[in-house]
Amino acid sequence: MSKQVQQRDRVIIRFAGDSGDGMQLTGDRFTSETAEFGNDLSTLPDFPAEIRAPAGTLPGVSAFQLHFADHDVQTPGDRPDVLVAMNPAALKANLADLPAGADLIVNSDEFTPRNLTKVGYAANPLDDESLSSYQVHPIPLTSLTVTALEGLQISRKDAERAKNMFALGLLSWLYNRPTSTTLSFLEKKFAGTPDLVKANVTAFNAGWNFGETTEDFTVRYEVKPATMPPGNYRNITGNTALSYGLVAASVRSGLALFLGSYPITPASDILHELAKHKRFGVRTFQAEDEIAGIGAALGAAFGGSIGVTTTSGPGVDLKSETIGLAVTLELPLIICDIQRAGPSTGMPTKAEQSDLLLAMFGRHGEAPVPIIAPQSPSDCFDAAIEAVRIATKYRTPVFILSDAYLANGSEPWLLPDVESLPTIDPEFATALNHAKEDGGEEFWPYLRDPQTLARPWALPGTPGLEHRIGGIEKADGSGNISYDPSNHDTMVRLRQAKVDGIARDIPLLEVDDPTGDADVLVLGWGSTYGPIGAAARLVRDEGARVAQAHLRHLNPLPANTAEVLARYERVLIPEMNLGQLALLIRGRFLVDAISFTRVRGLPFKSEELADAIRDVISA
Amino acid sequence: MSIPAQGPRGLDLVPVSGEKASKKEYTSDQEVRWCPGCGDYAILAAVQSFLPELGLKRENIVCISGIGCAARFPYYLNTYGMHSIHGRAPAIATGLATARPDLSVWVMGGDGDFMSIGGNHLIHVLRRNVNLKLLMFNNRIYGLTKGQYSPTSEIGKVTKSTPSGSVDTPFNPVSLALGAEATFVARTIDSDRKHLTAVLRAASEHRGAAFVEILQNCNIFNDGAFDVLKKPETRDSAVVRLEQGEPIRFGADLQKGVRLSRHGGLEVVDVDESNERTLLVHDVAHQEPALAFMLSRLGNVDDGVTPIGIFRSVQRSTYDDQVNEQVHEATAKAGPGDLAALLASGDTWRID
Repeated sequence: MSKQVQQRDRVIIRFAGDSGDGMQLTGDRFTSETAEFGNDLSTLPDFPAEIRAPAGTLPGVSAFQLHFADHDVQTPGDRPDVLVAMNPAALKANLADLPAGADLIVNSDEFTPRNLTKVGYAANPLDDESLSSYQVHPIPLTSLTVTALEGLQISRKDAERAKNMFALGLLSWLYNRPTSTTLSFLEKKFAGTPDLVKANVTAFNAGWNFGETTEDFTVRYEVKPATMPPGNYRNITGNTALSYGLVAASVRSGLALFLGSYPITPASDILHELAKHKRFGVRTFQAEDEIAGIGAALGAAFGGSIGVTTTSGPGVDLKSETIGLAVTLELPLIICDIQRAGPSTGMPTKAEQSDLLLAMFGRHGEAPVPIIAPQSPSDCFDAAIEAVRIATKYRTPVFILSDAYLANGSEPWLLPDVESLPTIDPEFATALNHAKEDGGEEFWPYLRDPQTLARPWALPGTPGLEHRIGGIEKADGSGNISYDPSNHDTMVRLRQAKVDGIARDIPLLEVDDPTGDADVLVLGWGSTYGPIGAAARLVRDEGARVAQAHLRHLNPLPANTAEVLARYERVLIPEMNLGQLALLIRGRFLVDAISFTRVRGLPFKSEELADAIRDVISA
Repeated sequence: MSIPAQGPRGLDLVPVSGEKASKKEYTSDQEVRWCPGCGDYAILAAVQSFLPELGLKRENIVCISGIGCAARFPYYLNTYGMHSIHGRAPAIATGLATARPDLSVWVMGGDGDFMSIGGNHLIHVLRRNVNLKLLMFNNRIYGLTKGQYSPTSEIGKVTKSTPSGSVDTPFNPVSLALGAEATFVARTIDSDRKHLTAVLRAASEHRGAAFVEILQNCNIFNDGAFDVLKKPETRDSAVVRLEQGEPIRFGADLQKGVRLSRHGGLEVVDVDESNERTLLVHDVAHQEPALAFMLSRLGNVDDGVTPIGIFRSVQRSTYDDQVNEQVHEATAKAGPGDLAALLASGDTWRID
């Protein structure tokens, strides 16, 4: 039977099921096929903190959303065009996001009275009119899979578990995806158990063939490849990109990488990733607690490594004292805060941008720390290299503020040419640097470079440069203990001036203002880059004028920030917190910025941001 | 003194200087700021004299400390040093030692630093067996904060923070270290230079975490805390000197002895010909820490009997050596990492 093919310029699919249904894997595979096909894409996994909440319940629903298009994609999408719901809980948890007319593919086998009762359905929604505004495709995915696998030497349980591959096969048919990446993935994943390879491949093919033969689907869709710059690509998540960026910084600086970390969601994947790369000389230390994690990283930095600690907000709270020590020791140190919804445990798997002021000010005393915030998953790679560059050049701890959305979300990444990556020269101290009164020479650990105000980094093992550093205030230059009031005043201001001076060494803030005459500037930072860009596009498509600028460096701010802000009548600052950047901008520049905030643990929807922009334009 | 051609066994990856070094070279130009009469002076003098004898390159020695009176120690040694945060020195030193096997890393702290705020780091550094020498100056009081009771203070300690007497049971640091799987545990006394130096030497011979409790007098806030171990009229009956391979005996004429009791513990007996052969012979290398633990429970200053010396010294792979071995093995097996290959790992595609 030949089916009609319809063109689409973009599609948003959400796979939703029980935590044990393999929805993340299914999403990953569809993503890989889509990347292979050449669409631009963006993904958003959305899973519970519980490893396995009770089966079939609302808290146990795990979802994966993918947005792909024939043009550049900025977000994982607001509302899915297709929802795959593997059980009643997945349907109930996700239905509200579905626009009228959307395709709804449900595993009808799971719509049993018991499962329906579990999530509070009085009647089966597949039997009444409650889903009439959607294109509902009830498919017995479980039983079709089990039937397709009859005759294979596998248990019924294993057969049922392959139903996600049946669903993937069906969706791959529906959107005409290339299947080779999935088939080779299955060969690799189940290598050693040929029966499981066969089962999953068979289920996948059965799903594909079901699409071809069933009369339920009369239309197939085609989304043409996007035009993207030439080169080699891979799909990458923020946490993987951040890990690779740290390894790249190690390679490009010749410094060993040392990670001291304590497992915490959503940062643990960086520890897992870096632990694999011992061939690069990476040493990973799973510490007894957050404090020991950063302590060991600082100790390694004293010895000449790139010291890194990875954590989320609760861990930053615990590490604060050591960050302050690193500020006053003036040693390079990288603190990766993969922000999650707080306070306290909050919502560990959900994204928020609520640690900006913690990173800025969350220490006793005047303890300035540079802050870099990546703006997309792949940008985590460049942010990591930039953080190591600044930390090394200025002998300072540096914050990288990522978040759960960047960490787990993914996008295609144009692989950089390794030789084009920046080189980092640690410029270790090797010689005495100060003349004594008696004509001899000595080493002053706090004698600063006049340009950068950075102090010398003298490694243990360097003869003649033995010195002691510590948390007590140090005399300007000699570094000896000093309680002198005016020396303390000098040192506090020097440490601040050193961090402020980094503004001369970072890119200016760029503004995207296509018409050049917008009155409204939307200013963002971190992971809101994509949603703000998508919202600006929606508004511009209506003929309105709006400018967008995005801060990658939060401390210090780019040197032209004040000048950019002054150019616009109104400044809108959308944030996934209650207005932390807005507070900084108001305080620093006396700009009456308009704050737009959401703290639902999810990225902004471009449509709600577009509404906020429209409101400010028309105000 | 001859010039060592190699460092002590515990520090054999640390380069030797090949030159004779003096105490003066190991003394920094900083003014020592402890109270006159503090036991820390004796420990400093002992360490400044002892370290040069190791024959190591001075620039490859690092002292890391936390906060407290004892933690000022690194400022007075002309080596590399870091005066860090209260309790965190073992964690910082773990990172340094793991990243730099060519360094001899010493950690100095007090009973508050190691037993209280830093207790978690101490037990983990001991179980991991990181190659660090940890010197805990135990004066059983908080000195720098002006005299509050500490986690090693005796029950009933009257201080500014416990005017009616403290009610909590103290730690026995040796017992704690043994319970934390320490491979080297010793106790010595600030005023006994010879014993202190011998223990430090044994610690430097040990590859792994070496925990040394140094009983130290705070003459301002807890003066005389260890007098029973120091005064001529009491010391012989109070101090039990543990000597490897020797029966455990003490007293002015070694008339007291220690042996296993029938009730599963240790007992002190008056030694005579009939029981001399039943005395416990000290063995630091016993794989099971049970006997060492029992010895640590034999008594303490408060009941007048205090064993000093090495309680335990056993070999176990160190954390830092094994981490570095994994790095070397991975590199030897598959060659050094290739960054371009790493970035392109997984599914890739080409757009022309």
